[in-house]
Amino acid sequence: MRILKNRLFYYFVCGMSALTMLPLFFILFELLKKGYKQFNIALFTEIAPTSMDAILAKMTGEVIPGGVLNGITGGFLILILAMLIAIPLGIFAGVYLAEKSESLFASVVRYLTDLIQGTPSIVVGIIAYAWVVKPLHGYSALAGSAALAIMMLPLVIRSTEETLKLLPGTLKEAGLALGASYSSVVFKILLPSAFGGMFTGILLAISRVMGETAPLMLTTLGATAINWDISQPTSAIPLLIWEFYSDPNLVDMIWSSSLLLLLLILTLNIIAKQIANKWKIQ
Amino acid sequence: MKDKIFKGTLFLSATFILLLASGIIYALVSQSMGAFQHFGFFEFISSSDWNPREGQEKYGALSFIVGTLSTSILALLFCLPFSFPVALFTGEYFKGTKLASFVGAVVGLLAGIPSIVYGLWGFYTLRPLIVSLQLSEQGFGILTASLVLAIMIIPYASSLSSEFISMVPNDLKEAAYSLGATRMEVVGAVSIPVAGSGILASYILALGRALGETMAVTMLIGNTNSIPSGLSDTGNTMASIIANQFGEAHGLKLESLFAIGLLLFLITALINFVANLVKKTF
Repeated sequence: MRILKNRLFYYFVCGMSALTMLPLFFILFELLKKGYKQFNIALFTEIAPTSMDAILAKMTGEVIPGGVLNGITGGFLILILAMLIAIPLGIFAGVYLAEKSESLFASVVRYLTDLIQGTPSIVVGIIAYAWVVKPLHGYSALAGSAALAIMMLPLVIRSTEETLKLLPGTLKEAGLALGASYSSVVFKILLPSAFGGMFTGILLAISRVMGETAPLMLTTLGATAINWDISQPTSAIPLLIWEFYSDPNLVDMIWSSSLLLLLLILTLNIIAKQIANKWKIQ
Repeated sequence: MKDKIFKGTLFLSATFILLLASGIIYALVSQSMGAFQHFGFFEFISSSDWNPREGQEKYGALSFIVGTLSTSILALLFCLPFSFPVALFTGEYFKGTKLASFVGAVVGLLAGIPSIVYGLWGFYTLRPLIVSLQLSEQGFGILTASLVLAIMIIPYASSLSSEFISMVPNDLKEAAYSLGATRMEVVGAVSIPVAGSGILASYILALGRALGETMAVTMLIGNTNSIPSGLSDTGNTMASIIANQFGEAHGLKLESLFAIGLLLFLITALINFVANLVKKTF
């Protein structure tokens, strides 16, 4: 009886685990099935179609023309700007936390980092609205970058800190004993040794904010054309998906654009995992 | 000299986190002060009115607090039978094997899927299913939203609790085996009690994730501004009301939405704080 129960429990664990893996494949399969027709060169080279384009295409039975180029360029602009803010700041703060790990100030900062990391993305969105959109009297790529930077910052800090803490203390002492200055020990010894872990953390941070829709709705709003001006409303792929979803004529576009977004994010995730495995600190 | 500047930069970066966190709290409090002064704090959180008609404006957060708590707690219950077996699979039964890291990676990728893609999947796949099972007329509502939320939080709950389960010392388990316990009995009598507080903490953190989810919930909950009367009823969460109404809001309504944002921030901060306390007892 006990043996039988043990057996059954084992099958239960295996079965439920297998079942839990299904949603990922279901979602991928559905996006592929519904999106492959629209997944063409135009998706990368043309800007989002208007309702009118879609109606005309439907009348002649063709696939909807146009793509998400304005979302790709806009998303790129917003992300690069967010990275420029979050990565240097995050690395410096992470180094500080790893070096001064015992002090009271460090533990307060660490606690606040967790607090910011736990903040829901929609709340980050309204904060960026209050800080950037309101004072500048308009939606802008900059506001979106501020929101995404706030979300990336804690992830960069924690991955930097945790990777640095894994390094043996002798590494730093050896550098200092050779007469190297503190800054060159950090830049030439500690950060290069920790590169793998930090890079993984940064990639994961990027992939986490890449699919964010809610904070961008409140900050960058979206734009129909390609925009490289950071003070103007800008589009991004998630925002375009939302626009397609809300417009009955364009709704067929959601699958290909979601497929593109999901593939980008999953690729980043998988690359990050590979790097983490390769650069593991022995 | 150079080192002093460098150390100063590190310190400033850490101080920036302090400023950022206080800035977040300041922005939320100052923007929502108007609503709290107008309605009174307790009246605001205990009223379920949401009347934007000019002259009779009256806003309260209760419906959305109930919506947020009910969807998140339901999602936690729904995710339990999936995330827990996955944690046992990767942290106990197949600990350290390639199979375990594969299952862990696939389930982990669920965390990478953007909220808006979950929303589309829920809208086009899950919602028709709910309608055909006659659980609700349109397929929107608390139940649909919590089911999708449950899938979204599985990776957070399972990966962390798996870590804690795998940290249970081997000699404890071996002692139980030597007494003739089956594997299931070892899991029930040793692994779960020893890793208990860690597992509890990972579920509280997963709850914190669910509280702030925006896009998927906004697309599936039905967006009605009243207290939901049951599983199949529609509603709104704190995050979804902000996403829905922020764009066109101004004046008292905008302040009320900021107030809801502040409440959401406080609730998630509290949940994360409790999770960290519980984790420390591990």
